[in-house]
Amino acid sequence: MNESISGKAAIAGLGATEFSKNSGRTELRLAMEATLAALEDAGIDPSEVDGFCSYSVDKVPEYEISRLLGCNEVKFFSQIPHGGGAACAPIMHAAMAVASGVAKTVVVYRAMNERSWYRFGTGDYGFASSPVFENINYGYYMPHGFHTPASWVGMFAQRYMHEFGATSEDFGRVAVASRDFAATNPAAFFYEKPITLEDHQASKWICEPLHLLDCCQESDGAVAMVITSVDRAKTLKQKPVVIKAGAQGIAEGQQIMTSYYREDITGLPEMGIVAKELYTQSGLGPNDFQTAIIYDHFTPFVLPQLEEFGFAERGKAKDFIRAGHHERGGKLPINPHGGQLGEAYIHGMNGVAEAVRQVRGTSVNQVDDVENVLVTAGTGVPTSGLILGAE
Amino acid sequence: MAKHEWLSEIEAMVGRQYGRIYAWDKVNEAMVRQWCEVMGVENPLYTDADYAATTEYGELVAPPAMLQGWCLAGFGDEILAPGSTKENPYGALVFLEKQGYPAVVAVNSNLHFDRYITMGEKLYYTTVFDSISDEKTTALGTGFFVTLKMTYFSEKANGQDDEKVGDMMFRVFKFKPAKKPETKAPAKEAAKRKRPKPGISDDNRFFWEGFEAKEMRIQECNSCKKLQHPPAPVCMHCHSFDLGYKVASGKGELYSFVIMHYPHVAPFDSPNPIGLIELEEGVRIPAGLIGLEEGVSPKIGQKVEVEYHLFDGELTLPQFRLLPIKES
Repeated sequence: MNESISGKAAIAGLGATEFSKNSGRTELRLAMEATLAALEDAGIDPSEVDGFCSYSVDKVPEYEISRLLGCNEVKFFSQIPHGGGAACAPIMHAAMAVASGVAKTVVVYRAMNERSWYRFGTGDYGFASSPVFENINYGYYMPHGFHTPASWVGMFAQRYMHEFGATSEDFGRVAVASRDFAATNPAAFFYEKPITLEDHQASKWICEPLHLLDCCQESDGAVAMVITSVDRAKTLKQKPVVIKAGAQGIAEGQQIMTSYYREDITGLPEMGIVAKELYTQSGLGPNDFQTAIIYDHFTPFVLPQLEEFGFAERGKAKDFIRAGHHERGGKLPINPHGGQLGEAYIHGMNGVAEAVRQVRGTSVNQVDDVENVLVTAGTGVPTSGLILGAE
Repeated sequence: MAKHEWLSEIEAMVGRQYGRIYAWDKVNEAMVRQWCEVMGVENPLYTDADYAATTEYGELVAPPAMLQGWCLAGFGDEILAPGSTKENPYGALVFLEKQGYPAVVAVNSNLHFDRYITMGEKLYYTTVFDSISDEKTTALGTGFFVTLKMTYFSEKANGQDDEKVGDMMFRVFKFKPAKKPETKAPAKEAAKRKRPKPGISDDNRFFWEGFEAKEMRIQECNSCKKLQHPPAPVCMHCHSFDLGYKVASGKGELYSFVIMHYPHVAPFDSPNPIGLIELEEGVRIPAGLIGLEEGVSPKIGQKVEVEYHLFDGELTLPQFRLLPIKES
């Protein structure tokens, strides 16, 4: 008997708001719009929802959504920590709840007015000095002004470039391909706004070695999905998107964005753990994907992810990128929605949404004959991943 | 932000088209030559008829960037060329001015050219009030982004339809200027901000107190003698709680680095170079870098040495000085 969660649950409904720089409405409203749209998409009555999962950093509580939906009995709820590292894990937890019979109809959501209400990259967070762990931990960085996500990623990127000969242009090629996809996605903030490698190189330094165009956007918006059993999903309105594998990962020496004390800082061993588990659960390997959603808050971390999942050998992702395999029409087009660089930064949940559309065959940048899509979550933090596919 | 009652009035104006504004002059060689001279454009396709005859165009063409210029208003009492409609295409901006948004700044414009313009063509344009944003507050003040779309045509004789030759998206910010703070200049205010303090607990107090004594104290396990950083309440190698520290030499090499440029956060310098230092004792520690030469990038592997700097009169931090790279 197969004891893993593989093939037991499916994403049956998908909903989202528009993506913007100022939604003009509350996060609760965004969450409700996306959730109701997802339930409508699936053809499930809101009162039937009996489980919820989101990110611990999401500020909309599941009990308020439950109250407004009019849920009868909610029996499962969880939250995943570590920011964008949670992008895939809520779906995994929902699949676990469904596979174990704890819940039958689970809503996952991410709603945020990140751009208009609070910005993650200001470097000005007001950390206190009381001896709780978070203050102790960030105290090694904040007093030096070493205080933005771009700078923490930059420290890894500089070493990666040094060891493997990757260049800023290689990071730029990731951004150019994403913006190319965004240019033909009407839901993308950068719709009809492609960039060139020259634009990337000419964009201002945020934190050497990262240019502005290495950094994802800041966005307002919400995405929600409904997860239920595969058998039930087959009776609903949409083609079931089967959860073939789901995994989380924490590796040796793990920290949040500052795992600088590991022997080697050029890899993402936590993503390696996720890769191994996803491949074990699904029985699939790197040659079984037609497209992939690779978390792209900052371009440099796209490269080691390609290596951890076996699409390229260690240190060779730059060659994969230079060959254009990640681009439209390449052998593994990545982030065909435009990624967080091009579409929007909804903490990775909009990437899961694109994977759902690719399996359904309904993406505006549809890849041919999609059977399996890999999705990864935030890098540099405890993370997660998914394999979604057709029945 | 509450919506102004008059907003529905201006929102109803969105989509309105404003008349024809004609060019004063037909496209001509003299103005092209003057424009090229002033702009420093030396392409002979615009000014050398003999050369132009040898190109795929077969004749002189006007620089595409002159498109908007041909139809600009004049200086006199009659500022619009004959044949133009009298209606002000900037009606939306006039309306906002009356509501108390006097200032304007051009934000961006996108030009699109359908084809080259040739000598003798008579141009005109029409304007559509395309959109108005919600009320926004920027560093300049509070107001509205207003987008206009201009479409440029070449007038045809003999009853032929006029031909579209280009268009332009033109966006302005129409705003109430923000009030400048009356006292203290912003720079002075920024200088008063202090560096964030570290979080200090029973597990890491020795580390931070070491800097005041000008010591780089690295946690050492009294049982297995291994070092670890950052400090913890237990040895990550043998799980002993019997921990002490070793005073490191403060010498090491640059393992990686970043140079922070944006955002500017007081009181930190910009750019702000940060190194990840591998101490010669074998542990890594991040800290500010000093001694960078302008225009010379630090090198991974470069030797560094610690110095202790007092900030804000109360916080001692290690900074690592980049040592000169020895010629080999």
